Amino acid sequence: MNEQLDELYRDIIMDHYRNPRGKRKLDKIDIRNEGKNPVCGDEIEMQVELEDDKVKDIHVGCMGCAISVSSGSILAEMVKGKSLSEVKKIAETVKALLRGEPVPDGVDVGDLEVLEGIKQFPVRVKCALLSWTTLVDALESHEKGKDVTLSTTE
Amino acid sequence: MDTITTSKKEHKQLDPMILRDDFPILNRKINGKDLIYLDNAATTQKPWSVIESLRRYYEYQNANVHRGLHTLAEEATSAFENTREKVAQFIGGVKTEEIIYTRGTTEAINLVAYSWGRKNIKEGDRIVLTEMEHHANLVPWIVLAKETGAELRYIPIDVDGMLQMDNLDQIIAPDTKLVSVTHMSNVLGTINPVKELAERAHAQGALMLVDGAQSVPHLQVNVKDIDADFYAFSAHKMLGPTGVGILYGKEEILENMEPFNYGGEMISEVRFDHADWNSLPWKFEAGTPNIADAVAFAPALDYLNDLGMEAVREHEKEITAYALRRLSELKYLRVFGPTDVKHRGGAVSFIDREIHPHDLATFLDSRGIAVRAGHHCAQPLAKRLGVVSTARASFYIYNTMEEVDKLVEALKEARRYFCNE
Ligand SMILES: Cc1ncc(COP(=O)(O)O)c(C=O)c1O
Repeated sequence: MNEQLDELYRDIIMDHYRNPRGKRKLDKIDIRNEGKNPVCGDEIEMQVELEDDKVKDIHVGCMGCAISVSSGSILAEMVKGKSLSEVKKIAETVKALLRGEPVPDGVDVGDLEVLEGIKQFPVRVKCALLSWTTLVDALESHEKGKDVTLSTTE
Repeated sequence: MDTITTSKKEHKQLDPMILRDDFPILNRKINGKDLIYLDNAATTQKPWSVIESLRRYYEYQNANVHRGLHTLAEEATSAFENTREKVAQFIGGVKTEEIIYTRGTTEAINLVAYSWGRKNIKEGDRIVLTEMEHHANLVPWIVLAKETGAELRYIPIDVDGMLQMDNLDQIIAPDTKLVSVTHMSNVLGTINPVKELAERAHAQGALMLVDGAQSVPHLQVNVKDIDADFYAFSAHKMLGPTGVGILYGKEEILENMEPFNYGGEMISEVRFDHADWNSLPWKFEAGTPNIADAVAFAPALDYLNDLGMEAVREHEKEITAYALRRLSELKYLRVFGPTDVKHRGGAVSFIDREIHPHDLATFLDSRGIAVRAGHHCAQPLAKRLGVVSTARASFYIYNTMEEVDKLVEALKEARRYFCNE
């Protein structure tokens, strides 16, 4: 009975949930964005420090469920040192995994693989996407010289 | 229906075990377990009689209403109007002219905000709501207030989730034009003193709208006794089909309101440069209505009438009291809303201090238990309670004490699963 559930709440997910990475707020903030999941009201705050247009450091503050917190934590772990296009590619990989589609070439899937169990739970896909949408929006807007203040999963 | 047994006290008592047979969906397995459906505040399940009625309508009676002289058109019209009569009786014996079909509570409230509000609310006027309103009874007024420059005021809630009635004179003040309040909260379960509020509203010359989405399904409601000017509710929360709602409005008020939609059905005469409005209630029912679902609402009303709304309420008090007691045994839960079932209905919101409501709902679903997790379309209330979201179990006539026990067991199991307890 717990099989599907255990796929969703894998040990790595629960570890990220209990000890989320990227918890520390940044001193130097180049981009700030907030994400909201209107379905449940969960919110996420993100701060990014850039160096040569790459993510030098990131803060992910998420008051959410195990899925959104752990996905944000995995994000914090993975995107350091990455450029916008690399981050976008990872985000595409996350989406593909969540939809059970083939992942793009040339991405080291790493811990992301644990998100795969979520595809059995369509209503939870948005939880997993919240942090990724928030970061991609933030980086894209920054590149275009625009300000973002809020992203939603809708 | 043989679902009713007479108790010693001579009032009807309902037996959920017997009437469960009338609800085919309750035989479903979810994730290999018997479905335990505890999301009745969102929508209730439907008895065979309603399902059959829908099918029969399309199989046997389908035609457009009010516009054909053939047999089918007459039958469809008469079935459609028959439901209207039943609704008028169900809420206290009002005139059928006062019963307007809508898509649901949301559209009913929007109708009032649009047709009555835009004509009668001016800059500086006050609209009084409460802190526990559903977005359906919140957003239309926020928009109207923005457009007109009217002011919104909220009656606050106390720690138990009851309205604070002591400072009411300052809130329902002379400039108030409308008081719009939910009869029963979909989050806290609180039953509000709408009769008293209507009296206060009328004393200031204001109108009273009651959001009855959660009350008509669960309580004996008499809109005349409450003296509500408008009363809105949805068929799908009371055994009926989705897509049908009711706006009750006092005849003299409806007479003076402009239509909500324009088109066919709502006119009496149209020339190339002029149109006269049809009489009530059709003035507010432009276009082809949701005939099939309105027709299939009648057997839902019959079903509730056969049980008797007092018996429905008694069962709900019993199961809610039991659920509150069992949930209070779990010290890691915070349960919201009034503790005395006299003041509340069967929507019980709670949080586990360690497990996010989303995770809890997913876990419960794996045990076949359907609850809702989220802000329940009442974000300002969630904020007021200091939470982002809650889990909510909400009961109806077919829920049993055993199901409450299973919920409690599953909540304990969730602790073992998520918190290694
Ligand atoms: C108190 C309350 N008001 C309004 C509504 C809106 O009802 P509907 O979605 O049927 O229009 C609901 C149902 O979700 C409710 O619980």
